[in-house]
Amino acid sequence: MNDNQRDWEVHPPYSYPPYASTVLRAPAKPLIPIKHSLSELTGPVYGHESLGKYDNDLTKNGIRNGEPLGERIVVSGQVLDQYGRPVRNTLVEIWQANAAGRYIHKVDQHNAPLDPNFFGGGRCVTDNEGNYTFFTIKPGAYPWGNHPNAWRPNHIHFSLFGSNITSRLVTQMYFPGDPLLAYDPIYQGVPEKGRELLISSFDLSLTQPDFALGYRFNIVLRGDKATPFENQ
Amino acid sequence: MSYIQTPSQTVGPYFAYGLSPVQYLYDHSSVATGMVRTPQTQGQPITIVGRVLDGEGKPIPDALIEIWQADAQGNYNPQDSDFKGFGRFGTGPDVHNRFIFQTIKPGAVQGQAPHITVVVFMRGLLVHAYTRLYFSDENTANAQDPVLQTVPSDRIATLIAQRQETGEGIVYQWDIVMQGEGETVFFDV
Repeated sequence: MNDNQRDWEVHPPYSYPPYASTVLRAPAKPLIPIKHSLSELTGPVYGHESLGKYDNDLTKNGIRNGEPLGERIVVSGQVLDQYGRPVRNTLVEIWQANAAGRYIHKVDQHNAPLDPNFFGGGRCVTDNEGNYTFFTIKPGAYPWGNHPNAWRPNHIHFSLFGSNITSRLVTQMYFPGDPLLAYDPIYQGVPEKGRELLISSFDLSLTQPDFALGYRFNIVLRGDKATPFENQ
Repeated sequence: MSYIQTPSQTVGPYFAYGLSPVQYLYDHSSVATGMVRTPQTQGQPITIVGRVLDGEGKPIPDALIEIWQADAQGNYNPQDSDFKGFGRFGTGPDVHNRFIFQTIKPGAVQGQAPHITVVVFMRGLLVHAYTRLYFSDENTANAQDPVLQTVPSDRIATLIAQRQETGEGIVYQWDIVMQGEGETVFFDV
């Protein structure tokens, strides 16, 4: 019916009982298909005017009295639609724990130190080829209450808009070789076909000498075949 | 050439300082808040208020709700206006865990009844959910709406926000029920 349907062979289901929070929150009735109108084929546009000076540099945007602690990294990648076209001028928002595995969020009660010089949130806008870049600190793993001795793998949360409201994506980027991925129900909730797409790759060419190691994370959003709505 | 879509993951419980810092009193700007209109925006000012309820009927304190709507003339992303049409609100700060949007009533789009697209994120949702808000004072238009016509008649009420005239203006009351009795209709958008 629509040519950019959500690909349910790669997206996780609503109900996934190993991730306990889904049990009372997952819609139980089947979704009702909707034929796309302008309400679906348009979406909000946030460009460079939305950005502050250090919004894409988390090694700087939380500084109060010194440098944030931990391993500095560069996270960069290209945002494409499912037909391989760069998604230009689209907002990318991220948030993450600090190097010790602690979020600045008031609800996070994990007994690991906050870093007075690390905020953990940032945003940027993709360039003409769909590329984005963040500088940040490698996030730590942290325990959570899903099951006994449950730990989240290191991850960075991502939020993107793309060309319309149907291409909206919230996801998480993981790191290569993390042994916790095998035990994480949030990651394992993704069908096998999609899992590898959530793992960044180490990239020496992105690494900035004497400053930060580089990781590449490319992102593919839904897109329309006809695509008149580039929103530039 | 086609590429595989990057899979969705939950927004988790700690999105506030990344996605809605102003509302949660973090020291960073927000790209969008619950204030969708400006004093200059044309159209009928309205407030949309509701809760997000889980399968036991309990209010969910860590949901993030986004809305996307046309302006009063039924145009999305109007170039010559300050009306963005996009709002974002987390259910944490409000003492009753409500979402509250101050916006204008949208005009009709392409023969559909006036409506707002609503996107629901929370811990426990591995993929965001899409729904629509319609208006209780649009019975004639709602009856002819092509999307509502695809919804089983006994579930249409879950999509209709109830209009109330209050001292603070026109308020539309609309709860989102994630599962169980009265489960809100979610769409495969």
